[in-house]
Amino acid sequence: MAIEILMPALSPTMEEGKLSTWLVKEGDNVGSGDVLCEIETDKATMEVESIDEGVIGKILIDAGTENVLVNTVIAILLEDGEDASVMDNMKPSAAPIATAEAEPVAETTLVAAPVAVIPQTDEIPEGTTFKQQTIREALRDAMAEEMRREDSVFIMGEEVAEYQGAYKVTQGLLEEFGDKRVIDTPITEHGFAGLGVGAAFGGLKPVVEFMTFNFAMQAIDHIINSAAKTLYMSGGQMGCPIVFRGPNGAASRVGAQHSQDYTAWYANIPGLKVVSPYSAEDAKGLLKAAIRDPNPVVFLENELLYGVTMDVPELDDFVLPIGKAKIERAGTDVSIVSHSMGIKLALEAAEILAGQGISAEVLNLRTIRPLDTEAIIASVKKTGRMVTVEEGWVRCGLGAELTAVVMDGAFDYLDAPVARVTSKDVPLPYAANLEKLALPSVDDVVNAARKTCYAD
Amino acid sequence: MAARAAPKKKPTKKNQSSGKIANFSEQEELKSYYDMLLIRRFEEKAGQLYGMGQIGGFCHLYIGQEAVVTGINMALKEGDQSITAYRDHAHMLAVGLDPKGIMAELTGREGGLSKGKGGSMHMFSREKHFYGGHGIVGAQVPIGTGLAFSNKYNGSDNICVAYMGDGASNQGQVYESFNMAKLWNLPIVYVIENNQYAMGTAVARASSQTDFSRRGVSFNIPGVKVDGMDVRAVYAAADDAVKYARENGPIILEMLTYRYRGHSMSDPAKYRTKDEVQRMRAEHDPIEQVKKRILDGRLASEDDLKDMDKKIRAIVTESADYATNCPEPDPSELWTDVLIET
Ligand SMILES: Cc1ncc(C[n+]2csc(CCOP(=O)(O)OP(=O)(O)O)c2C)c(N)n1
Ligand SMILES: [Mg+2]
Repeated sequence: MAIEILMPALSPTMEEGKLSTWLVKEGDNVGSGDVLCEIETDKATMEVESIDEGVIGKILIDAGTENVLVNTVIAILLEDGEDASVMDNMKPSAAPIATAEAEPVAETTLVAAPVAVIPQTDEIPEGTTFKQQTIREALRDAMAEEMRREDSVFIMGEEVAEYQGAYKVTQGLLEEFGDKRVIDTPITEHGFAGLGVGAAFGGLKPVVEFMTFNFAMQAIDHIINSAAKTLYMSGGQMGCPIVFRGPNGAASRVGAQHSQDYTAWYANIPGLKVVSPYSAEDAKGLLKAAIRDPNPVVFLENELLYGVTMDVPELDDFVLPIGKAKIERAGTDVSIVSHSMGIKLALEAAEILAGQGISAEVLNLRTIRPLDTEAIIASVKKTGRMVTVEEGWVRCGLGAELTAVVMDGAFDYLDAPVARVTSKDVPLPYAANLEKLALPSVDDVVNAARKTCYAD
Repeated sequence: MAARAAPKKKPTKKNQSSGKIANFSEQEELKSYYDMLLIRRFEEKAGQLYGMGQIGGFCHLYIGQEAVVTGINMALKEGDQSITAYRDHAHMLAVGLDPKGIMAELTGREGGLSKGKGGSMHMFSREKHFYGGHGIVGAQVPIGTGLAFSNKYNGSDNICVAYMGDGASNQGQVYESFNMAKLWNLPIVYVIENNQYAMGTAVARASSQTDFSRRGVSFNIPGVKVDGMDVRAVYAAADDAVKYARENGPIILEMLTYRYRGHSMSDPAKYRTKDEVQRMRAEHDPIEQVKKRILDGRLASEDDLKDMDKKIRAIVTESADYATNCPEPDPSELWTDVLIET
C-alpha cells in the first residue's frame, strides 16, 4: 500500500515548520534512511529520513513552503512494483489521535510489598520499665535488633565498621555481624548511595550512614532521583526499602559547609519519608520503624544529642509509628512545634515560660514527612497560638509549612499570628559568638512565645 | 554552540576489534538478524510517532547500535540483571519485553510498562530483571553495582550488566563504582557503549583517556575493546566477560559503536559530517553485515528475509496501534505509587 510521508515534529514544542528543500524528486527510488527533504524549525534545520523503501510517487508540498503544520502529508511513497494509480483513491488521513476505546491493560506482575510489622500506636504499655541510654546507644541497639531480625539488613558507610563509626553510633556492630553486613565504604557518597539503592532494588534493606548529612549533598541525586522517584516511575514495581541516616544540622563550630539543616529539603520530596528524632525513645523506636519501612526513609539525627542520656522503654520489640507526633509537654496557652534539637530548646523555654505564668505545649513532630497535621491542628485549636522552632533557614522552611497547615486547619482558632524561630538567614559562621547568634536559642523561643501571647 | 565548533576530526581507528569473532550457527545468525531488525524497526516507528506528536519530551533512538544489546543478551542467562541510561528502548526489547508495553510507555498511556508515569527514559521490569531506564547520566552505574552486590550477598550466581555511554564514563560515580566493585569482587560487566559522541561532544573533546577499555586499569579491572558493530564480536566478548564476572568479578567491555540519528529527536547533529554517518552506515551497519552473511551462506533467501521484515513490521505496527489507542492513565494514578502503604 502506498505510504503517506507526514510533516514530522522535530522537537517537543514544534507545531509547524518550513519545508525548505526536497532532496528527492518524483520517480526517485529511496531506501530507508535516505534523506528526503530538509525542514527548518525556529531552532534548527533538520533532515527528514525515509523509514521505508519505495518510489516517490508524488510530492504534495513544494520546497520553500512555510508554516507547514505537523502531520500534513508532504509526499506519497509507492512500494515496490506499485502503480501510481493507487494514489487516486487515497485521501490524506489525519494522524491517529489518542481517544480510542480502552484496551485491556497488559498484565504485569507486581511484586507485593514486603509485609512490614509497624505498629499504628505510639503508646507504651502500662508497667513498662525503662532503662537509661544515650541516644547513640539507642540508635545502635535499633540497628542491631533489626539486623538480628532480618538477614537482609546491612549497614554501610564511611568508618562504620573497623572504626566503630565516626561518632561511634555503630559501636560493636562489626563484632556481632561481621564484615559482610557492616561495611566500610570508600569516601564515595554518590557511589555508595546509588549502590545502596541498587541493593535495595535487589531485595536487601540497606542502612546507609552518611558521616554527616552535609556529605549527603554529594549523594542527593540518588536519594531523590533514584530512591524517592523510582516506585512512581516504575508504576509501582520498584520499591526501595532503604534508610539514609546520619547527623543533620549544626554540630559545634564546624563552619558553614558542615552545619546545614536539610530537614526542609528532604521534606519537600514526594516518595521519601523524613524522620527526625529528639529523644532516645524516638531514636530507638523510629529507627526500627524506618528500617522496616518498605520506602526510602531519610533519618535525620543530631550530633549534639548523641551523648544525651534518656529513658528508653525495655520492650522486646519497641517500634514507633512513622507519621505520628508526640506531645512532650502539655499546655494551654501556646503550642511550640518542633523536632530534634528544637525540642530541647522548646522544653527549656516551656519551663521558663511556666515561671512567667504562660502554659506552653511542646509538640514533638518526630516525623516531618508525612507530617502529623492532625496533631498540629488539634494542639493549635486548644492553645490558639503557635511558635515553630527549627534550625533551618526561614525561607520556604519548615515553619512556613507548619504555618500553612495551621492556616488550612485552624485559622479561625488563632488568637495571634504564628511566630517562627529559625536560624538567621546566613551561612553558619565559625566564630563562637557569631555562631551563637546565628542559631536559634532558648531565649528566642521564650520571646516568640511571649509575643504570640501579647505578654510584653 | 560548542557542538558547532567541534573540530572536524576523522573518527580514528574505529572498529578495531578484540579480534575474537564468534562462529555463529545458522540459527544464531538468523536470531541476531531478527532481534536487531526488531530494534531498528521499533526505533524507526518511535521516531515516526515522535514526529506525529504522539511521543513527547526526550526520545533517544538506538539506531546503529543494535549489535551491542543483541550480542550481550545472547550471552546472559535467566536472572541476570541489566540497567542502562535513557537510551533504553532496545535494551528492553532485547530482554524480551513486549513491544506494546514499551511503545505505550513512550506514548504515556496506561498500558505502558510504568503505567505511563515513567516515559521514554524511565522504564523498568522486575520480571525481566531490567532495572531502568535512568535519566541522570552515570547514575545507573552504582545502582548496577548494587545489584551485583545483592547477587553476591544472596549467594546467587547471577551477574549484572551495567551499560553506560562514553560521556557517562567520565562521571565520578563510575569510578567510585569500579573501585567498590573490584574491592568486593562483585559480579558485574560494565559495558561502555562508545558511540563516539555524548550529545554534541566527540569523545576526544571530553576524555583524556579515549581508550575506554583501559578505564579500569587503576582498579585492576580488566577491559576489552570490541567491534560493537559486529554482533559476533559482541557475543564472543560478552560470553567471555559474563563467565569472568560470574567467577572472578568486574570486567569492562568497550563497545565501539555508532548512532546514526541525533542524540535525541531534536538534535540536528551538525557536529559531524554526513559523510561520516554515511560511511558508517555503508561499511559497518550491524544488520547489513548479518544479512550479507545470511545471503552469502544461503542460510535464507532474499524472500525469506523480506517475510521476516514484514512480520517484524507487523509487530511494530501493532505496538504503535496499541500505544496510540490505549487510554491515558486515570487521573487517580497521579496519587498512587508515591509510597508503599504501611
Ligand atoms: C548528570 C547529568 N548531566 C547531564 C545530563 C544531560 N545529558 C543527557 S545525555 C548526555 C550525554 C551522554 O552521553 P553518553 O554517555 O555518551 O551516552 P549516549 O547519549 O551517547 O548514549 C547529557 C550530557 C544528564 N542527563 N545528567
Ligand atoms: Mg555516547
